[in-house]
Amino acid sequence: MTGFQELGGKAVVLDRANVDTDQIIPKQFLKRIEKTGFGKFLFYDWRYKAEGVPNEEFVLNKPENQGATILIANENFGCGSSREHAPWALLDYGFKAVIAPSFADIFKQNCLKNGILPIVLQEEEVKLLIAKGKEKAMILHIDLVEQKVTNHEGFKATFPISDYWKTMLVNGWDEIEITLQLDDKISAYEQANNL
Amino acid sequence: MGKSIVDKIWERHIVHKEAGKPDLLYIDLHLVHEVTSPQAFSGLRMKNRKVRRPDKTFATMDHNVPTINRQQIDDQVALNQMTTLEKNCREFGIELAGIDSPEQGIVHVIGPELGLTQPGKTIVCGDSHTSTHGAFGALAFGIGTSEVEHVLATQTLWQSKPKTMKLEINGVLANGVTAKDVILYVLANYGIKFGTGYVIEYCGDVIKNLSMEERMTICNMSIEGGARAGLVSPDETTFSYLRGRKHVPKGEIFDQYVENWKSLASDEDAEYDKVIEIDGSDIAPMVSWGTNPSMTAKVDGSIPTEAECATELEKESLARALAYMGLKEGQKIQDIKIQHVFIGSCTNSRIEDIRAAAEMVKGKQVHPGVRALVVPGSQFVKRTAEEEGLNRIFEEAGFEWRDAGCSMCLSMNADVVPSGEHCASTSNRNFEGRQGAGARTHLVSPQMAAAAALNGHFVDIRNLNKVEVL
Repeated sequence: MTGFQELGGKAVVLDRANVDTDQIIPKQFLKRIEKTGFGKFLFYDWRYKAEGVPNEEFVLNKPENQGATILIANENFGCGSSREHAPWALLDYGFKAVIAPSFADIFKQNCLKNGILPIVLQEEEVKLLIAKGKEKAMILHIDLVEQKVTNHEGFKATFPISDYWKTMLVNGWDEIEITLQLDDKISAYEQANNL
Repeated sequence: MGKSIVDKIWERHIVHKEAGKPDLLYIDLHLVHEVTSPQAFSGLRMKNRKVRRPDKTFATMDHNVPTINRQQIDDQVALNQMTTLEKNCREFGIELAGIDSPEQGIVHVIGPELGLTQPGKTIVCGDSHTSTHGAFGALAFGIGTSEVEHVLATQTLWQSKPKTMKLEINGVLANGVTAKDVILYVLANYGIKFGTGYVIEYCGDVIKNLSMEERMTICNMSIEGGARAGLVSPDETTFSYLRGRKHVPKGEIFDQYVENWKSLASDEDAEYDKVIEIDGSDIAPMVSWGTNPSMTAKVDGSIPTEAECATELEKESLARALAYMGLKEGQKIQDIKIQHVFIGSCTNSRIEDIRAAAEMVKGKQVHPGVRALVVPGSQFVKRTAEEEGLNRIFEEAGFEWRDAGCSMCLSMNADVVPSGEHCASTSNRNFEGRQGAGARTHLVSPQMAAAAALNGHFVDIRNLNKVEVL
């Protein structure tokens, strides 16, 4: 994972609440043993009609939304299953950040571990972005260090993120490597507890 | 101030604590299955890392496996995932209950069955229904594949302490109302994100009087309310379930374990971040009508109308759900016709579920045009049911009797509901496409599913003469 301090790009609006991970990546694509190549299956049942014909009505298929790197969604995004295939699919498609009023816990963790930034903004702020984004394609700028989302038209919002995850993402650190440096502590815990 | 069971388990598992960081928690049991593990093992291999504690790791295959004709697996991609798990377990020294093992089954059914699941343990698995194991007073939650790899390599996880919620259910359940109805009622009333950020502790008279299997059904669906974990303080019901199971210590050591387990129960004066109280006597047999588990109504009720929606977002969600489900606002639940019945999944596939459904169908016939499936949660459940002659009851009634696996809960194998058809299902999720593209799922208890199989539509089992909860 490479670290980053800022992100910028085209944002696309998926104005639905409670988008579950079964929609982000349907089960028939979970049988693969790789982490890559899931992008073409992202939102499969919404993106394609029968026999793989693209559904032109779906936001990701609209010409003006091609090349989007930021997804704006509604409340409780990523609920349901723990499948990490969901962030893998978003990442492989090209998304680097998801903005929503709230996320499901496991999905949020899975995003962070893959370097996708799950950004929680106030409901009113997301409403505004959804309204603007539906009108025309919108470019957003995200500053991870300053914890800010801005655009050229004066939109400005701050988002929360723990110091731990900010540091991990800025540096692109491997969590396992960090934990393995605490090997003595793990061994001491095992000994003390007869494990 | 007293402590809750979550506080106690948390404190006992902290390996490392540092300001500004989550706590590093020790993991006592790591359950592994074929779908969410291959990339984790590849990650280990790439960095030349080992599995730190193969002895605290247990694997099975459940999501992909066929439930019929298991000798010949036609789906080559699924087969590859299964053989990959076999290979990984061999290479890293992990015990595997493979497809031919008498212990094979749904990971959340066999963990408790084998006594791997015990009070006070931290338990993880790359599956969101790991919350099931909380029924034993364990802190059990689902994780993603990156975390699977982290646990394999270090036997620990970085975790921020969740908030705690006490969900107290008092009173008495009406005849025909099951544990499944309790959790569906909770979801119908509090929604699918009321538990986000929390661990739910279920308590009160109703919970106290439930069997271990019923408690598992409730804890299983904690994640449907957004809570990564749900649990029940251990008591005599817990201890007597565990006594004599394969991985549970015997004799004097068992007694010592029980003493320790008793100390885990939440203190009377424990503090919680949130408290919810529910009157158990208000709960009816429940049926989901929409595309998430909170879109659920009492069996004698109706689908909500647009006018009843509080917000625009709710209105849109209702319209979208009804369009997908092919139903109308205000429609009576009992008028919904079904073409499929699935009795199975980590929510409702244990022996008590199978017995209760069998009792309902005994001597009767599946309604013409309905295809009905019973998929036991484990090969052990299957054998037990067969010893009791339950398979014959189902087969004579026109049900198919299968081998163990996740099956039609998520339809990764060949057990699929065709597009546009309705299924009364004892599983946990009614998301769009969950049981097949275009499939329409209705979540219900095993008894309600069995009754729907006989009638071709939902019926209020409280009105049937023969409602015995075994």
